[in-house]
Amino acid sequence: MPLSTASNFAKPDDAFRAIVEAHRGLNEEQSADLDAALVLILANHIGDIEVLREAILLARHRMIEANQQQQQQQQ
Amino acid sequence: MTHAKTQFGYRRHPDQDRAGPDAAEHSVVVVGAGPVGLSFAIDLAQRGHKVVLLDDADRIGEGSRAICFSKRSLEFWDRLGVGSRMVDKGVVWSVGKIFHGASQLYQFNLLPEPGHKRPAFINLQQFYAEAYLVDRVEELPDISLRWRNKVSALEQRNDRVVLTVDTPDGPYSLHAAYVIACDGARSSLRQMVGAEFAGQVFEDQFLIADVKMTAAFPTERWFWFDPPFHAGRSALLHKQPDDIWRIDLQLNRDADPAAERRPENVRPRIARMLGHDKFEFEWISLYKFQCRRMDRFMHGRVIFAGDAAHQVSPFGARGANSGLEDAENLSWKLDRILRKASPESLLESYHIERSAAADENIRESTRSTDFMAPATRQEARLRRAVLALAKETEFGKRMVNGGRLSVPSIYDTPLSSADVDRWRGGPRPGASMPDAPVAANGGPVFLTEAFIKQGTGFTLLEFGNGAAVDAPAGVSAIRIGGEGGLVDSEGLAAARYDAEAGSAYLLRPDGYVAARFRRPTRPALDAALARAAGLN
Repeated sequence: MPLSTASNFAKPDDAFRAIVEAHRGLNEEQSADLDAALVLILANHIGDIEVLREAILLARHRMIEANQQQQQQQQ
Repeated sequence: MTHAKTQFGYRRHPDQDRAGPDAAEHSVVVVGAGPVGLSFAIDLAQRGHKVVLLDDADRIGEGSRAICFSKRSLEFWDRLGVGSRMVDKGVVWSVGKIFHGASQLYQFNLLPEPGHKRPAFINLQQFYAEAYLVDRVEELPDISLRWRNKVSALEQRNDRVVLTVDTPDGPYSLHAAYVIACDGARSSLRQMVGAEFAGQVFEDQFLIADVKMTAAFPTERWFWFDPPFHAGRSALLHKQPDDIWRIDLQLNRDADPAAERRPENVRPRIARMLGHDKFEFEWISLYKFQCRRMDRFMHGRVIFAGDAAHQVSPFGARGANSGLEDAENLSWKLDRILRKASPESLLESYHIERSAAADENIRESTRSTDFMAPATRQEARLRRAVLALAKETEFGKRMVNGGRLSVPSIYDTPLSSADVDRWRGGPRPGASMPDAPVAANGGPVFLTEAFIKQGTGFTLLEFGNGAAVDAPAGVSAIRIGGEGGLVDSEGLAAARYDAEAGSAYLLRPDGYVAARFRRPTRPALDAALARAAGLN
């Protein structure tokens, strides 16, 4: 599995915080624009199509599961 | 409008006087005298076969239609004896520029190195290309070109196809061992064999206008995203011969086709683009894209090529060029089958190689179209991000997709023999032969010319200074280096083929690499040749 899901940051909170703060003061439209640019920049930095595909799969999988859980809780 | 002959007369053929069991029998009937059908007929006739070529019209179609012909197509046309005429008339280009808004994002050069006989592309109106091909056909007595001959029925039998052909003098019957359907995107033969032609339809509308004007724009392909003169949409400007300029404007999805194509509505748009209105219209056309292909390119004894078999969006010049690649791929195979040098099963490789190429062309042109016309808000957002990033990053520039221009496919095919030696470069088996400048006694010559001179059969391209390789029967040889060989004074042939003394490439009759060896042995060559000829 070429996608690394081990924790790679010495201080993961710093990384999460940096992303959160980047969105501060932006409306939803602007936030979505920022994310789009960020995804493209990071994807290019990784530069490995297999890693990118795995990351997309993982993200989609999590998203679908999270949606299902939400729906179950609502029922 | 043109200086080429575009109107042809119907002439009654003696075949039309033969009826019932006496109907004329031919080995090959080609349907459709467009660039693909004409080129195929010429290639097969040059290989020594009689060809009947039918077309339902009696004139070459109006409008520029296809305009970009690739290096690969020009090399094929060189083999057919029409390459120079096309290039002499055409506008040679290799540079494209991409603009976003009013500013240039980046530029690319499709052939940045010297030492090739042919340029990356020429622009030439399709009617010129067809007219020059018709002229060539008329030099070849083995081709019977019949205008206003429309196939109205088709019946497949075990050993032949029976065609009913309508003419101004009424219908007649033709028997053919093989029928090659080059009758375009709306192929009636495709309907007659009952084949599906499913794929993706794009909702966006595009307006093509060919305008005549004298302008000092360079001979480059200019593509705009969101230009000031056409806000929110894309635009393309490209030069053709005779001071004709191709302009392609993306329209809104809900644009009214009838209104949009009226010259009084087109004129202001183009005047905004050019900054003046000193131009005349040559041709206006409005279109939507479809990207689709047939599941099988062969239906019994009917073989489909060009737009009849596959259709792509025009951004990328992958329509006519891929059709010409179909023609060159098919003709040498059918030649061998007709000569009984190869079994009929060799045709399967036509389907394998060219349907994979069609998939690649559809994939590439679909991506370009999706980039130009994002389908969802999120796609539009991602495109916006790419265009913004392209201003300051190299990766962003390379993600901007204003059309990826046609390059020959590399075939993953049962006709290739896998590499057994180590190679650092050069064309791998399944790739087309790169050109290179070399010298013969008579002076400079290109490798592609040397290949044509050898007769475009299977050819062994040898690099070396040792003893000549013992080539199998029927395989001609081009030697580079050594006594009596071509001189590679700039070393470009060796570099482009990653060649050392003794290296050898086995080239197929269409100029694709079948196999390559550091030190060829006769048994290895025999095996590679048998595989490439479909004999095992």
